[in-house]
Amino acid sequence: MAFLSLSGIRKQFPGGQLAVDDFNLDVEKGEFVSFLGPSGCGKTTTLRMIAGFEQPTAGSVAVGGRDITGLPPNRRDIGMVFQSYALFPNMTVADNIAFGLKVRKKPADMAKRRVEELLDLIHLGGKGGRYPYELSGGMQQRVALARALAIEPQVLLLDEPLSALDAKIRIALRTEIRSIQRQLGMTTVYVTHDQEEALSLSDRIVVMSEGRMEQVGTPFEIYNFPATSFVAKFVGTLNVIEAKVVDAATGLVAADGQDLRTAAAIDGASSGDRVSIALRPELVTLGDLPGSNRLRGTIRDVMFLGSIVRLRMRLADGTPLLFDTFNNPHLSLPARDDEVTVSFPAEACLVLEREAATRGPDIVELGV
Amino acid sequence: MSGAGRAAVTPTVVARRRARSPRQVALKWAFLLACIAYFVLPLLGTLLFSLRSQPFLSAFTDTLNDPQFYSSLEYSFVIGIVTIVVSIVLLVPTAFWVRLRLPRLRPIVEFVTLLPFVVPPIVLVFGLITTFSRPPLPLTGSNLGSDVLLVCAYVVLSFPYMYRAVDTGLRSMDIRSLTEASQSLGAGWLTILWRVILPNLRVALLSGSFLTLAIVVGEFTIANFLARPMFAPYLQLISGNLAYEPAAVAVISFAITWAAMGAISLLGRGSRSKIQVGGAR
Repeated sequence: MAFLSLSGIRKQFPGGQLAVDDFNLDVEKGEFVSFLGPSGCGKTTTLRMIAGFEQPTAGSVAVGGRDITGLPPNRRDIGMVFQSYALFPNMTVADNIAFGLKVRKKPADMAKRRVEELLDLIHLGGKGGRYPYELSGGMQQRVALARALAIEPQVLLLDEPLSALDAKIRIALRTEIRSIQRQLGMTTVYVTHDQEEALSLSDRIVVMSEGRMEQVGTPFEIYNFPATSFVAKFVGTLNVIEAKVVDAATGLVAADGQDLRTAAAIDGASSGDRVSIALRPELVTLGDLPGSNRLRGTIRDVMFLGSIVRLRMRLADGTPLLFDTFNNPHLSLPARDDEVTVSFPAEACLVLEREAATRGPDIVELGV
Repeated sequence: MSGAGRAAVTPTVVARRRARSPRQVALKWAFLLACIAYFVLPLLGTLLFSLRSQPFLSAFTDTLNDPQFYSSLEYSFVIGIVTIVVSIVLLVPTAFWVRLRLPRLRPIVEFVTLLPFVVPPIVLVFGLITTFSRPPLPLTGSNLGSDVLLVCAYVVLSFPYMYRAVDTGLRSMDIRSLTEASQSLGAGWLTILWRVILPNLRVALLSGSFLTLAIVVGEFTIANFLARPMFAPYLQLISGNLAYEPAAVAVISFAITWAAMGAISLLGRGSRSKIQVGGAR
């Protein structure tokens, strides 16, 4: 039985705006689930409904089998970490962490011991007497995490906790968050619009768009087997190639006058139909590999990104195509305007829904 | 980079300084001196007048030896403190709730709090006397009842100052996040107000309280019509009978005011940075 259960959640604001619709999710005890989506997709609203700061228009929230939909936030036993840290400026770090324990009237010596434990856990031992304004952003967010953990909540919610931090601290802190979560076995829901964060942290990801769940799956499933064109485009970098169906039953299409094979039959399409083929840059290899799909084009740009080199080529019909190769000091890279052939397996071709073909850009780049 | 910035800024500053003509400088100083004179001369005149009493400083010693001076001042301070407490109890939760949950009501609440500027104290006190001098609530019939009316009237008079101070203090905080953080940690509304919001409003409340105290101590109309032994009616009383003592009382009351302002700035020192919420450093 699921530990955190969201059933038929719907949220419509008084102005009529539908923020979340038909949201159903079961989270196991100790699981780390991320809500991923663009701004305004309803991920924070859903999180706030779990916390009790928003009331769902319909549906229910249950923790440990108990329906908590009608409970006020202070009686839900759910910890939350905010993007703005929300540390109490009038209290020291130790007092901030102990706040929830004092509210729960825990004995002073027990509270003190717990604060010390948590300060050690977040590597801020000895800094309990400082005020929040004396700490860096990363330290403040660690204190906010310790404060939420102090009450040993049933569920921990994190609302874009790393957004206000710089890149290096963000990476360090997300590793720390995951390590602490694993150590404590805390059921955690994490909201982010950063796909890299979601992919690296989560046991499962819920991709959301326009208030609806697009797909729920492990990071591997979400990235490699996107269920909808939105997920395919939102998560990772994607090439979108316009193609014409040659033989739907065998998955044969033609793009830029060159034949391509998809791994399976194209359902619901017939010869002559136009489809969009999505292709991840890392699945495209420079060179002519026998038995693979091949495309010829001209190199337009070579981008050195450290561990990988990203090449941008253009097909004869003007379609751009990105592909990656691992960096190697002995690598001989093509130069701009060189004619090249790239190869990719049939399994790398994702056929997108027809609707996406009309509205999608040629390359959707959201990260490296 | 800083060097370049300095090189770019310095000639501009120099050019601006050169652009100021002696006439402009003279005008600036004249304006400053006029302002100083406007504030200082009446005080200086009052002080010099009070010092003309014979024997020397007798106006001050007589005032300080007058038990009515202390009793009226004490009574005014007690009424002032009660007014402050009632104002805080009434306005802090109101301003907090309006900011948190009812932001659309803010213009209406602000308008209501500004009404004491529109309704003169004489109208207010006549309204109070007319309403509360007969059943079902004949409050003017007893000292305690009159004190209650006095405090209520002063709470109304303090609205514009106290509400504005509290509202400004709340604006400097991320009250939504602080409130939600407190709630997620198990705190109820009273705990949130008492342990999170009020301590972070310390400076705002101090300035609001000081203004309220100044109004209460200096208010004459309501105190006089309700026949309460406040400081302002006392001042009016001795003005009618004595020459130099009222001036001495005015100087002493200014000294008390400045001492209170000094205490506020001492208490509020260093808390500005503590009110900062969120954001990477």
